[in-house]
Amino acid sequence: MSETIDEATTTATDPKPTAKRLTRGQLVLRRFLRNKAAVVGLAIIVFLVLLAIIGPSTLPWTYDFKDTSAYYSAPDSRHWFGTTQSGGDVLALTVRGLGKSLIIGFTVAIIQTSLAAIIGSSAAYIGGWYEKAWLWVIDLMLVLPSFFLIAIVTTGGPKGPNAWMLLVVLLAAFGWQLSARVVRSLSLSVREREYVTAARFMGLSTPRLLLRHIIPNIASMLIVDVCLGVGYAILGEAGLSYFGFGVQAPDTSLGTMIAEGAQSTTIAPWIFLTPAFLLVLLVMCVNAVGDGLRDALDPGSMSGGRA
Amino acid sequence: MGRYLLRRLLNYVVLLFIAVSLAWLLAQTQLHPRMLFELRNPPLDPNAVESLLRSANVNENVPLLDRYLNWLYRGWPRADGSITGGIFRWTQEGFFGIPGFAFDWGTSVQGGGSVNEEISRRIWVSFRLVTAGWILGTIIGVGLGAWTATRQYRISDRVVTAFALLLVATPSYVTGEVAKMLATWANQKLGFQFFLFLGERSTGTLPDYPFAELIDRLQHMLIPTIVLTLLGMAGLSRLQRGLMLDALHSDFVRTARAKGLRENKAVMKHALRTALIPTGTYFAFQAAALFTGATFTERIFSFHGMGMYGVDTISKQEINGVVAVTAFGGLCYLVGAMLADVMVAILDPRVRLS
Repeated sequence: MSETIDEATTTATDPKPTAKRLTRGQLVLRRFLRNKAAVVGLAIIVFLVLLAIIGPSTLPWTYDFKDTSAYYSAPDSRHWFGTTQSGGDVLALTVRGLGKSLIIGFTVAIIQTSLAAIIGSSAAYIGGWYEKAWLWVIDLMLVLPSFFLIAIVTTGGPKGPNAWMLLVVLLAAFGWQLSARVVRSLSLSVREREYVTAARFMGLSTPRLLLRHIIPNIASMLIVDVCLGVGYAILGEAGLSYFGFGVQAPDTSLGTMIAEGAQSTTIAPWIFLTPAFLLVLLVMCVNAVGDGLRDALDPGSMSGGRA
Repeated sequence: MGRYLLRRLLNYVVLLFIAVSLAWLLAQTQLHPRMLFELRNPPLDPNAVESLLRSANVNENVPLLDRYLNWLYRGWPRADGSITGGIFRWTQEGFFGIPGFAFDWGTSVQGGGSVNEEISRRIWVSFRLVTAGWILGTIIGVGLGAWTATRQYRISDRVVTAFALLLVATPSYVTGEVAKMLATWANQKLGFQFFLFLGERSTGTLPDYPFAELIDRLQHMLIPTIVLTLLGMAGLSRLQRGLMLDALHSDFVRTARAKGLRENKAVMKHALRTALIPTGTYFAFQAAALFTGATFTERIFSFHGMGMYGVDTISKQEINGVVAVTAFGGLCYLVGAMLADVMVAILDPRVRLS
């Protein structure tokens, strides 16, 4: 309240208004920066991404090198985070796994949110049997435990260095349903707006109308969905890899590393603790950024404080 | 209301049937049980392999439609040619001992054991593993969520929130492994094995004191139950806190306070009761996710339940076993969904009266 009075008085006395008008982007940025957990989370994610990109070329060891003079060696100056049973450097392996988890997490999240946006908004806009059919497909896909279905396909499917791409497709294919439902219910209210009717009567084609007028209006939900989706996808991939249904050896991911380390927690806890710590840290940061974005993008949010 | 629920039930049964059929199709086309025979050394007689695969109804030389019909109705032709299985085969014994569908999920290729025997034993293992943790997790989660909501932004709220956020981001296998490491460390400090965490009970002979077997089982249950409780309570306390905050800021609670109701009573009777309604739905759905979600816990603590059966059968390319596990998962989901529908129907006057 005092803000508006201040602004009113300054504009009244000053010929040039000093209070700057903020664009929506600036406003969101300000509100986001006010959330300390989200800012710290973002900083850590940036650090982890840089580590995953630069790490493999700058670290003293590579992930597939076996140091035959050091099996199960504890963390020391030679191997900062110790070695595995076969003499692999834990840090190099973890960084490699981190990279894989990040790639899989982000691609899965982007693909599944795009699917959810297209399917959810088109179902809401077109309606009729098309909407009914999609809702039915969503129900159908939610019935069965996706973990086992993905495991069936990856066990019987192609193997090789690019098999993780199949994993991305599968994780995305089983991850869009709940978001699509939310997108649909949000789009239902956007559909009734005047500008959508106006656009339709001007003869805009349905795909164009969805992309130009409906999806941009639910963008804030989609951004948050991508962010939280990254966390789910990383955990999903790690879970599958933990049982050997995800990323296959000789390649590694955080889940594979954790499964390997879990077998020797009593004699070599560092093999388990390093990737486990990194996985939890990564998911916590992604979730914190997602929460921060949600609060920053939501105009009615209480936690944003003053605009 | 009865008609509404009946319609929902019918819808769910159709949905489950189609979903399980699709899972069957996926398993039949993606898994190759023949591969395991080809790896055998010395190699098996090709004719024997053929008939083994045929009797388990997983032979890819039999047309897919024939296999599907066998799976559904005609039953698995055993080596002697007698028809014994089939999901919708009508028998006098049925599945529960009364005349009805046999719900025979077939046999495994390796070893030829009945899938039904295997799952009927494992369902109870899963049940024993998850029940205590599920109930405790729900009660503690709801309690913590509601309590922290009344203390928003105080130290206790911040501590619980931070702890819950940590647990939500931690996958169950990390929580389980860390719990195991802590238990091992505690056992070393204590000087004897107080925390037992491998399997459901000890394999050797037990010491001779009253209720030795019961105490042994409880010792084995302790760590898994703590882990499952933590996992269940983390998500639920976040959910309940949000719901409770909404309820506490609503007009009817303020009115109740303004009319002179003590805070305690306003919180318990007006806010908590409203905030519990959506939790009920969540609780019902969680019951469904429990059995398959506990796969990691089963693996870590060596419980041979349904989840591990799913993982083992997929690794061994046992099509019939995998399909049975996915069907069980689907059934759990639908029971949860149905429970949620019943709860909504009871609690929501708009549904109840229509």
